[in-house]
Amino acid sequence: MKLLNPGDVIDGFEIEACLHAGGMAHIYTVQYALSEDGTRRQSEFPMAMKIPRMTAGDGAENIVSFEVEQQILPAITGSHVPRFVAAGDLSRLPYLVMEYVKASTLETWAENFHKETFQTGLQDRALARLGAELAHAVHSLHKQNVCHLDLKPANVLIRPSGKVVLLDFGLSCHAHYPDLLAEEMRKAVGSPAWIAPEQVVGVRGDPRSDIFAIGVMLYELATGELPFGEPVTTGGMRQRLWMDPVPPRKRNPNVPEWLQEVILKCLHPEAVKRYPSAAHLAMDLSNPDQIRMTERGKQVVGTGFNEHFKRWIKAAGMHYQPSPLPSRLIKEVPILMVALPHADVSDATWYSLREAVDRSLGIRPGARLACVTVISPNDTSSTESHKSESSVHRVHLARMQQWSQGLDLQDHQVSFHVLEASDVAHALVTYAEGNEVSMIIMGAATHGLQMQRFVSTVPIKVAMDAPCTVILVKQDVPFEFLGTLNDE
Amino acid sequence: MKIALLSDVHANLQALQACMAHAKAQGIDRWALLGDLVGYGGNPQEVVDIAMRLAEEGAWIVQGNHDAMAVQPPIDDQSLGNSTAQWTHEQLGASQRGFLKALPLTALSGPLLLVHASAHAPERWHYVDSERAADLCADHALQTYDARHVVVGHVHQQTVYYRGTGHSMMRFEPTAGVPVPMPSHRRWVATVGSVGQPRDHKPHAMYAIYDEAAGRMTFQRVSYDHQAAAAAILEAGLPEFFAERLAMGR
Repeated sequence: MKLLNPGDVIDGFEIEACLHAGGMAHIYTVQYALSEDGTRRQSEFPMAMKIPRMTAGDGAENIVSFEVEQQILPAITGSHVPRFVAAGDLSRLPYLVMEYVKASTLETWAENFHKETFQTGLQDRALARLGAELAHAVHSLHKQNVCHLDLKPANVLIRPSGKVVLLDFGLSCHAHYPDLLAEEMRKAVGSPAWIAPEQVVGVRGDPRSDIFAIGVMLYELATGELPFGEPVTTGGMRQRLWMDPVPPRKRNPNVPEWLQEVILKCLHPEAVKRYPSAAHLAMDLSNPDQIRMTERGKQVVGTGFNEHFKRWIKAAGMHYQPSPLPSRLIKEVPILMVALPHADVSDATWYSLREAVDRSLGIRPGARLACVTVISPNDTSSTESHKSESSVHRVHLARMQQWSQGLDLQDHQVSFHVLEASDVAHALVTYAEGNEVSMIIMGAATHGLQMQRFVSTVPIKVAMDAPCTVILVKQDVPFEFLGTLNDE
Repeated sequence: MKIALLSDVHANLQALQACMAHAKAQGIDRWALLGDLVGYGGNPQEVVDIAMRLAEEGAWIVQGNHDAMAVQPPIDDQSLGNSTAQWTHEQLGASQRGFLKALPLTALSGPLLLVHASAHAPERWHYVDSERAADLCADHALQTYDARHVVVGHVHQQTVYYRGTGHSMMRFEPTAGVPVPMPSHRRWVATVGSVGQPRDHKPHAMYAIYDEAAGRMTFQRVSYDHQAAAAAILEAGLPEFFAERLAMGR
């Protein structure tokens, strides 16, 4: 399609300006065209029109990927994707009109980030915040049964607020739709630098492929280099089926161990050894101090030849396998949250909560646990040293860690969080929403015992407002056993 | 135009009524019955009467193997599957038999071909149960009828066979209630499942709605009174197995 001029009208949309004339598509800002009575419908947000360049020289994949995006964009909602407005008939006049998100791409963000890094050293916390926002955006897609499968800096927008918007669903896969890009030959579809190993052998629809791509982006932000370069051959792309990237700390000694741990976990060649969901990744990036460290976080020498050779043999047999439903897959590894009362409560309450959490974790291998307690802002003080925020928090963290001692946490990651808020229920619900929590476990009537008169309202408010299942635990310990429990 | 696609009713009146009520609530414009109105089930007369009424209102109806068998019951084949044909034959009146006998094997609406089994030799009742079978079906539909889209029954499963970037049909299992993009410029074959005898271990009746303008097909599952349908089978003195399988969807 030839370039359009400002003022041209297409199906009720008037072209304003050309934003981008790329190899695949032209993108314009548009507004609603003047109607016959001379009025103009106002849009609630700025709009952009994307028109594919389907000329004779363009490949079939360009056309199909436009069709894929036309199918998927209207089906996804939320603040992490541009809002869909309209689509043109593919056989007549293909176009997509969507929200024009005024934000910079991760490409631009990365340039500034690298400049600052050069001057002030690596801003690891800023990087972690960006990574967490990116993971939240990706998780919102996975919950809607969509895998992006072409995540790269050019397709990631960062709003001034720091929130992330994902673009370009031309290579994406919707588990409830026939996948037009799958084919019997099982070819790799994606961008070579960011594509996950399983995508190389034709797997489309594993949400952990997107986690790999996030890992590639974090790696590049942390070191300034791509972990696997930009291969141009299939053989080059297959390298990542067995090869570990050079440890980020070898390329940039300023990369902290926790960040390397996170990045290399995202980049594991086997999908099952990566983060099981983007929500888990976001949780780690939001709590760098509580990341479960392994040797991989510390290493500064790359994986040796022998290990790589063994994996190369194994990778030769790696082949296509169908993917389970993304929403089902991420539901299998939920984030559970237990709300622990912060005041002294009876042993029976502690015991009952621990029992309930143990049972819930026991049937969900891979689930992670967030232990949360809400304290009043009055409990801390900036003037009295024994009530300083950090020392008060330390006391509560220690109490929660003590509580968790009796849990079997072999297959589960756990983290501890002290929230300061006067409205306990609201704080718990907000935390659950912000961290993709799938289940809240809390005491039925004992939560916040010192507020006897109000106690029942906290669990009920949480149960009503929570975005997920809430389990209210009642004390179920026979009193004659209480003495023995303390001895354990 | 929104078309309700119902197949393999198998004389299950309760399931047919439930699906029709469900479809009416979705605002459909046209009915299509894809064969096997009778056989197995206990209410052949009522089901054929409904089909005759729908036909008068302009419904597309094609013949299935069980409809042909009810008109002319096989004498030599006494397998369980065919054992209800003689009974069904006796239940139906002359006009009902005449209606079934006169049904065409295919119906065509623009690029859309409706047929009970594969479009590849419809009178042979080939199952469309694999990518290969769907390829054959699609090729014959295009060559013989100039049809790019085929909707069939016979297999009692809800499946989409579609062509993406590759050269062969690929299989896709739809999720009930989710509109699946099936655009007019692509070639596809859909099997809409069975209204009266689901066999995927769920008792819910199956049918589909094709929204031509939107290029989307929604596969539906509808719960119905399968106990009443089973009771009708037992009351008619038909083999118990046909009653029992309804509750288990097998």
